[in-house]
Amino acid sequence: MVAPAAAALRVVRCGGSSFHGARAVFSADSKQVGPGPGPGYLLCASGDFVKMYSVATEEMLRLMGGHADLVTGIQLNPHNHVQLYSSSLDGTIKLWDFMDGIPIKTFTVGSKLLALYALARFEDSVFVVIPKRGERATFQLVSVKLTKAAGQDLEAKELSVVLDGVDASPKSIAFGREGEYVASVKEIDLQVYFFKQKQLNRFCVSAVKTKSGNNQFTCIACHPTEDCIATGHADGKIRIWRNFYHKKEYTYSTLHWHHDTVMDLAFSVEGSSLLSGGVESVLVLWHNQSECEKDFLPRLGSPIEYISMASDGTLCCTLHTDNRITIINSNLRFARSIQGLIKSADIKTGLVVDPRTKALVLNGEPGHLQFYCLQSDQQLFSLDIVQRQYIHQAGLNQADLVKVAFSARGKWLATVEEREEVTDPELQLKLWFYDEEAQSFKLNTRINMPHEDQITDLCFRDMDELEDDSVILVTTGRDCVFKVWVIVEDTDPEAQQSVSWSCDFIGSYHNYQATNCCFSEDGSLLAVSFEETVTVWDSVTWDLKCTFCHPPGKIRNICFGRLTCSKYLIGVSDDGFLCCWNLLSCALEWSAHLNILVLQPDPLSEYIAAVSWLSKESSLFVFKPNEPRPIYIQRNLCREKIQLAAFIPRDEPETVGSEKYLWLRRSQLFFLTDTQELMTLSTKSLQERLTPASKQLAVEESLPVTPFSLLLGKHRRQQSQDDIDLGKLFVHNKCEQDSPAVKELLHTPAHVLPSASFLCPIFINSLLISKENKSAEEVADEVEMESEKTKDDSDEERDVTEMEQEDTSPLELFGEMTCKLPKSQEKELRKIRKVDYSWISAF
Amino acid sequence: MATYKPVVVQAIPKLGERITQDTLYWRGDKGGTPVQIKEFGAVNKIDFSPVSPYNYAVTASSRIHIYGRYSQEPIKTFSRFKDAAYCATYRDDGNLLVAGSEEGSIRLFDLSGRAPLRQFDGPTKAVHVVGFLSDKYRIFSGGDDYSSNLWDIPSGTEIVSYNEHTDYVRCGCASKVNADVFITGSYDHTVKLFDARTESSVMTIEHGHPVESVLLFPSGGLLVSAGGRYVKVWDVLKGGQLLVSLKNHHKTVTCLCLNSSGQRLLSGSLDRHVKVYSTTSYKVVHSFNYATSILSLALSPEDETIVVGMTNGVLNVKHRKPEERKENSQKKRQPAYRTYVKGRTYVPKQEDFCVSKPVKHVLRKYDKMLKSFQSSKALDAVLEPPIRLYTPEVTVAVMQELHRRGTLRSALAGRDEKQINLLLTFVARRVIEPRFTPVLVTVADMITDIYQPVVGQSAVVDRQFVKLQEAIGKEIDYQEELLEVLGMMDTLFATFTKKTATYVEEKKSNGLTETIEANMN
Repeated sequence: MVAPAAAALRVVRCGGSSFHGARAVFSADSKQVGPGPGPGYLLCASGDFVKMYSVATEEMLRLMGGHADLVTGIQLNPHNHVQLYSSSLDGTIKLWDFMDGIPIKTFTVGSKLLALYALARFEDSVFVVIPKRGERATFQLVSVKLTKAAGQDLEAKELSVVLDGVDASPKSIAFGREGEYVASVKEIDLQVYFFKQKQLNRFCVSAVKTKSGNNQFTCIACHPTEDCIATGHADGKIRIWRNFYHKKEYTYSTLHWHHDTVMDLAFSVEGSSLLSGGVESVLVLWHNQSECEKDFLPRLGSPIEYISMASDGTLCCTLHTDNRITIINSNLRFARSIQGLIKSADIKTGLVVDPRTKALVLNGEPGHLQFYCLQSDQQLFSLDIVQRQYIHQAGLNQADLVKVAFSARGKWLATVEEREEVTDPELQLKLWFYDEEAQSFKLNTRINMPHEDQITDLCFRDMDELEDDSVILVTTGRDCVFKVWVIVEDTDPEAQQSVSWSCDFIGSYHNYQATNCCFSEDGSLLAVSFEETVTVWDSVTWDLKCTFCHPPGKIRNICFGRLTCSKYLIGVSDDGFLCCWNLLSCALEWSAHLNILVLQPDPLSEYIAAVSWLSKESSLFVFKPNEPRPIYIQRNLCREKIQLAAFIPRDEPETVGSEKYLWLRRSQLFFLTDTQELMTLSTKSLQERLTPASKQLAVEESLPVTPFSLLLGKHRRQQSQDDIDLGKLFVHNKCEQDSPAVKELLHTPAHVLPSASFLCPIFINSLLISKENKSAEEVADEVEMESEKTKDDSDEERDVTEMEQEDTSPLELFGEMTCKLPKSQEKELRKIRKVDYSWISAF
Repeated sequence: MATYKPVVVQAIPKLGERITQDTLYWRGDKGGTPVQIKEFGAVNKIDFSPVSPYNYAVTASSRIHIYGRYSQEPIKTFSRFKDAAYCATYRDDGNLLVAGSEEGSIRLFDLSGRAPLRQFDGPTKAVHVVGFLSDKYRIFSGGDDYSSNLWDIPSGTEIVSYNEHTDYVRCGCASKVNADVFITGSYDHTVKLFDARTESSVMTIEHGHPVESVLLFPSGGLLVSAGGRYVKVWDVLKGGQLLVSLKNHHKTVTCLCLNSSGQRLLSGSLDRHVKVYSTTSYKVVHSFNYATSILSLALSPEDETIVVGMTNGVLNVKHRKPEERKENSQKKRQPAYRTYVKGRTYVPKQEDFCVSKPVKHVLRKYDKMLKSFQSSKALDAVLEPPIRLYTPEVTVAVMQELHRRGTLRSALAGRDEKQINLLLTFVARRVIEPRFTPVLVTVADMITDIYQPVVGQSAVVDRQFVKLQEAIGKEIDYQEELLEVLGMMDTLFATFTKKTATYVEEKKSNGLTETIEANMN
């Protein structure tokens, strides 16, 4: 199908949202679905979606989308264990059949929903936390009656307030003993409401500020069988409350191991043990709620955000702040983990593309480099760069990765790690060699203190054709020099390592800080920016060739033009100028007044993308250095500041309809905002994008090759060769297959399909070709085609029109007919659509 | 889930000579110093007997001494020369010895007898080179009368005489492959290859300097010539093409020698060095230093002894460290091989349930302590004598790790007199080592901070503080001096640079700073 020319580029979020919304939920134990004992699936809220993972394989099985905003809570339907409630900030509660990924019902509540609780005891209602009307930052727990009326979209307006003044966090409310009471914590208050007695007890801990923090409540969990509440505090203590029927004679005991905030608590199914986790990233198992008996699962990698238990107690899982789910066995053994894109608070390395895997490379776990595959939304692997034990402790200054660069073919990787310290700062430059055998990077050279101050930039000389000895690394530092590192070969034939890196040249310019460096495409020139000046050096003799200056702004970024534009050097200064210098005439070619934050050249074409930040919105400009007029402008790209951008080469060039989007043909532009959202620009429509490419492939490939399919394929090929310019049949076939509705219908097992009457309208709609999208030429083609076949079908056509007149609900009938998929009838349907129905309205 | 990562102890490459396989191979016997034997004059030739027990003949002045392998006194002496003797050489079977002399005669000795078996008279001037051809029955010689001669042993007559050289013939060598071929090198800068069957030389190679020594490889295909400062390797089979020219000595190269396997080439020179080259890469892999200029050099079969003769008449005998005998370890009773391989080759069957044994990572004591966050105990562990004395880098690495964790202060605090004394001794001793300075300065700072209130209570601790102060003061003075030198050199280099462009100047001075800093480190 020809892409509609008018379609604008859409900014699409990618890279998977974090799992921060709510506690994950294990599917109820159903042995027929899982491969072994225990729950088979794990459900968790991720951004606007609910994701379903297989516990056994860690694979994402289903992505349930439909909410318009962040999903804040998910709970299994206590009465039907294949159904799931989810609440969202968009004010709706949805009931899903998660085995099929189908939304069953949507209840609209109206106000923002911040947490969701569903209990077996309350048959037709769920509890949600909503903001109190008219007051800011005050929330209340309300029970929502879910009406059992038929239909998909329902209003749920029967709200009754249970508790007032609760905290917005879903961790601060817990229901005890099958819903006998509800307990909620906020700041230093604990309130317990007994449903039967309609009694509300309030307890209060005295506000004590200690060195490690205050004793405010952070989370709460209720014992499943006994009257016992566990609360976690900001100073790392856990309090076990009992006897809270009495307003005065309540008791509590304290458990203290955590040295930082207790992030979440969970009781085991029998209530014999309590799990707690926090910033230390250690999962603590307290036996019998006693101080002395405890077990640990240390070094989980990153702070624990949520803990949840499976309903049969065989598994538990922790959600971490770095977008990871860890599944843990009941005997506190690490089972497996599901890792998404780690969004660390500060991405110092920038977005780098690994030339070998085309994966996005950026800071991962502290001290690690993550290789993230965008196609599969999966972390490929994590490379330990710092190789030191990371201490999870707030306020500790530890070494972290700050700069990364790959050589042109990904054979060498240079990393810079840094520990900022006033007295003795640590700085290390490491060079890694890709070992083909081990399929990973191996440390080749470690250079201590390569510069006396921070390293501001580093780049490899990109020369594809040439061999190893031409690889050069340049680092620029705040100590006012840039250094050139080369490979030196060890002359000793018996030495263990034949090559290593050493410094070859040190250059400086008037004692200015070196800020950026960049090699030209052919590697003959090196541009280094020193504050306000750009200097160009010969990369063979290391002579200064010329300087460019555009005062008063300091240079923020520089890059060379590529391919046909290789005679240009682009620079961005922080006083808001984009300058393009001609290297042949050594003169300013053109300049533009733009506050450019990010300058990113496409490695495969001459296009350069620049992102500007003006009056609280980011705009994207794509231009070629040889003409000052941008090729593409997208204003208001997003509201956040864009920090980083990267072009990722496509596996195969995409067919781009419009001249305007030609720059997207070879590579795709990804960018990262300062709220750590990874976004991209896409010309595809939403539906195309939602069905992952891999899945489409899998279905197609899984079809067995039959003689018929071979015959059909041959026939089709012939056809496509015959009228390649028309391409009409081809187009139609493709359209049918691509429709998700058809696919769903054809690939879902019959026993789980809804009734035919329900599916029919969707199916028919999917078969119809929307008129709006068609260009005039295409319509003409179709008419032509139809005229060819009219003779054959004329009889049938008449029949159908007759039927139509008799039947009051013609659509349904057609649906049944088309279910059998006769080709000729499809065409009839299309023709019928063309028939003027306006006369019906006259009745 | 990650496991505990042990503390990284940074290995710093050692400056200076690198220990290679060759260094280990050529290293002398650890206990025994080289044997020095004083001869009567300059030692012009040393030759090892090709048969066991590998005695060697040393030609010096008018005598030929035969030494045994470990004897420092000569076993036998041939002293029937009126003037200087030259070039005493063994025959392949080790029974006969031939030597030239200053008066021009060539004498053939039987090792068991004293008087010469034969005397070849003919040359009018000194004969500096003699040797057996590989058929054992002929002798070649070369002398100051510019001629190269061939003699028949049984009849004691001259077979052929080549008068092709135009200057003194000072060296020669017979081919081991062909009994008719020998080469001679002369001061006329050429090496000539002769075939006894022809009337004239077969090949002439221009060395470019007076040739002091020649050598043929056992295969006969390669020829090595030494003269001037150069050692040149020629491919004989390609008609005398230069293969490689080595210039590793800074004075005339006087002697050449191959090791028993033919993989190493040794050259001795007047610059007092013996260099060992690899014959595959022709790079210097090792070198020996001697007290005076070297005139002759020989290596015993199996490379066990290196004998070097020098201009002042000293003979230096070095015994290479013998290979470690494996018999000692075999004496120890060990479990049978079966015990080790038992079960290793077992292939699990399909229905077998495999239980994998978890790999146990053994942690050092300080790592165990760090793993459980016991800072003080970790520091105690690395202050134990073996670690503190022999691997101070481990101690410093743990200190740095504690500093990173922010617990160094608490680990250092609360120690008694003995422990403070220990800590301060360590710091005072190591703080001046550049690789430890950054960390130990922090440590010293913290110790002074923590124990400031107790200064003056213990004489021992006070003394250590004073020592630390002295060490740091000395280091500061030293650094100041270095900077002064650096400044002087900068001005020198600045005057040398011809280019006016400022950036070049900057580059030079920066480069210099870097190298000097590297030296300092």
